[in-house]
Amino acid sequence: MFYREAGDFKTSYEADSQTFPIAFDRYRYWAVLAIAFLVIPFVINDYWVNAIFVPFLIYAIAAIGLNILTGYCGQVSLGTGGFMAVGAYACYKLMTGFPDVSIVIHIILAGGITAAVGAAFGLPSLRIKGFYLAVATLAAQFFLVWLFNKVSWFYNYSASGQINAPERFVAGVAVTGPNTAPWAQYMICLVFLTVCALLARNLTRGTIGRSWMAIRDMDIAAEIIGVNPLKAKLTAFAVSSFFIGISGALFFAVYLGAVEVGEAFGIQKSFLVLFMIIIGGLGSIFGSFAGAAFLVVLPVALKVIGVDWLDWPTDLVAHLQLVIVGALIMFFLIKEPHGLAQLWRVTKEKLRLWPFPY
Amino acid sequence: MKDTVVPYTTPDGRTIGDVLMDMRGITLRFGGVEAIKNISFDIREGEIRAIIGPNGAGKSSMLNVISGFYNPQDGEVWFRGAKRPPMKPFQVARQGIARTFQNIALFEGMTVLDNVMTGRLTHMKTGMFAQALWKGRAEREETENREVVERIIDFLEIQAIRKTPVGRLPYGLKKRVELARALAAEPKLLLLDEPMAGMNVEEKEDMSRFILDVNDEFGTTIALIEHDMGVVMDISDRVVVMDYGRKIGDGTPDEVRGNQEVIDAYLGVAHD
Ligand SMILES: Nc1ncnc2c1ncn2[C@@H]1O[C@H](COP(=O)(O)OP(=O)(O)OP(=O)(O)O)[C@@H](O)[C@H]1O
Ligand SMILES: [Mg+2]
Repeated sequence: MFYREAGDFKTSYEADSQTFPIAFDRYRYWAVLAIAFLVIPFVINDYWVNAIFVPFLIYAIAAIGLNILTGYCGQVSLGTGGFMAVGAYACYKLMTGFPDVSIVIHIILAGGITAAVGAAFGLPSLRIKGFYLAVATLAAQFFLVWLFNKVSWFYNYSASGQINAPERFVAGVAVTGPNTAPWAQYMICLVFLTVCALLARNLTRGTIGRSWMAIRDMDIAAEIIGVNPLKAKLTAFAVSSFFIGISGALFFAVYLGAVEVGEAFGIQKSFLVLFMIIIGGLGSIFGSFAGAAFLVVLPVALKVIGVDWLDWPTDLVAHLQLVIVGALIMFFLIKEPHGLAQLWRVTKEKLRLWPFPY
Repeated sequence: MKDTVVPYTTPDGRTIGDVLMDMRGITLRFGGVEAIKNISFDIREGEIRAIIGPNGAGKSSMLNVISGFYNPQDGEVWFRGAKRPPMKPFQVARQGIARTFQNIALFEGMTVLDNVMTGRLTHMKTGMFAQALWKGRAEREETENREVVERIIDFLEIQAIRKTPVGRLPYGLKKRVELARALAAEPKLLLLDEPMAGMNVEEKEDMSRFILDVNDEFGTTIALIEHDMGVVMDISDRVVVMDYGRKIGDGTPDEVRGNQEVIDAYLGVAHD
C-alpha cells in the first residue's frame, strides 16, 4: 500500500479543504481517536496517567492556545502561566460558589473568563510589537501571579493560601478530588482536548484564521485587504486565552487537585508552553500536539534511561535535559521554525514521491 | 477633458461612466516636505487612469491617500458621489477599493491559494462561532468564495502554483499573485502601484493584457502608476502627470504627450 494522492481525486472544494486530504491520513486519524477513546482508558494505570497522559493532554490544550496567538497571529506571549492561573482560579471560584452546577460548565466558563482577561491584556498589542509586546505579556504574567497571591478572596481566605479542588462528578463518576480514578482523569482531559483541537482547526482554516495569518505575515497588507487589526489581534488573544484558561482549569482541578499559584503557574510554565510550540511547530495544530508530547515525555524518558537503567546521578540527568531542550530550541528557531510538524510534512512529501523522487 | 459628456464610448468600444473617485485640492505633508501640493483629479467609472511622473513626484503618496494610509492635511476625497470622512485602510477596503504595492506585500508564509482567499475577506461575513463549528454556514461560505477565487486563479493563469507557499515564487509571479488577491475582492476601484516594475518585456505584455482584460471583462475601474511610457500610452484612457508634488498635466495620452511642461519634466529641465 503506497502513500499516494493518486487515485484519490478531489471532486469538490469541500473535499480539498478538509483536514486530512489524503485518505490514508484520514484512516490513521480515526485509528488514533479509536485507540485514545476505546483502548487506552482500559489499560492505563496511575503512573502513566500522572506522568505522561494527563499532563500531555492538558499541555496540548495550552499549546494549541498559545499557537493560535503566536504561531498563527504572530503575537509573542510570555503570559501563558498567568492565563492558566486565571483559568484555575476562575474554575475554583465557580466550583466553590456554585457547587450544584456541572464541573464541565465551570471549566468552559473558566475558559470564557480567561478569554476576557486575555483580550484585556492584549490591548497593548495594538500599539506595540515583537520584543516589547513579549515584555508587556511578561508583566501580565507577574501581575496575575501576584494578584492571586495577594487577594485572599481568590483562594477563599484559606490559611495556606492554596486552592483545593472539591470532589465533582460527571455522569456519576468522580473527575476531581482524591477519589478520582486514573481513567476518569484521562477521559475528561481527552474529551476537552478533542473538542478544543477541533474548534481550533476550524477557526484556523477559515476566514478568521486567514486574518490572523495575514496580520502575522504583513500587517499593512492585511489592513489593505480589509482586516481590522484591532479585531484580529483581540480575537486571537481571546481565543488563545480561552484554550489556555481551560488548560489551567484542568491542570488545577483534575491534575494537581491543590495549587499554590507561584509554583504551579509561574514564569516557567510560560516558557515551557512556548518551547512546546517552537519545537512542535509554529502555526500548526498538529505541532502543538507534537511539542507537548515531546516535552512531557522527554524528562520521563531521560529519568528512566539515565537514572533507572544507567544509574547516573539525578542532577546530571536534570542538567542533560536542560541542555537537550536548549539545543533543540536553537536548532528549530534557526533551521526549522515550523518545528517537528514541518519535519513530518517533509517526510510525508518524500514518501509521496518515493521511490522515484524526480 | 473635464467637459466630456458622460457616459461616453472610447474608440475601442468601452463605456466610460460618471466620476467614481474625485480628489479635490489634496495637500499632503510629511513634516516640512510637501509630497502632494493641492492636486485635483478624478477617476471615471470604467476607465483606466494612469498616474505618471519622475521618481519622488508623489505618485505612491497619492495612492496611499486614496487607500487611507495617509490623511491629507488639506483637500477632500469624494467616492461614489459622497465626501469620504477620514478612514482607516481596512474601512477603505470595505468600500470596494483594492490595491497592489510598489514593493510586493504578500503573505509570505501562506500558499498562493490562501493569499488569494484573503482577498475575499470583505465578502465573508460568517461569525466566529459559526466558523468554530464549521459545518453548515462557514463551510458553505468557504466553498462559494473558493469558487470565485478559482475563477480568478484560472483567469490569471496561476493554477499550477496554487498550493505553493508564496515565499518560494519568483518576482514576476509574486506580482501576479498580488494582482489576483486584489481582484479577488471584486473591487469597484483597483489601484496598481507599478505593476510592471522589474519585469521583462514578455512579462510586461502579459501584465498589460491582464489589466486590459480585467477592465474589459469585469468593468473594473483602474488607477495605475507606471514608469514605462510605452505601456502607459498603450493601455490608459487618461493620464495625470505629477512632478515634485504638483500636477503638471492631465488628459488623454496624446494630449499629455504634447504638453511642454511634461516634456520638460521628463527631459530633466532645471526647475526654477
Ligand atoms: N512616510 C513618509 N515620510 C516622509 N516622507 C515621505 C514618506 N513617504 C513619501 N515621502 C516623500 O514624499 C515624496 C513622494 O514620495 P512618493 O513615494 O509618493 O514618490 P513616487 O512618485 O511614488 O516615487 P517613485 O516613482 O520613486 O515610486 C518623496 O520626497 C518621499 O521622500
Ligand atoms: Mg512610488
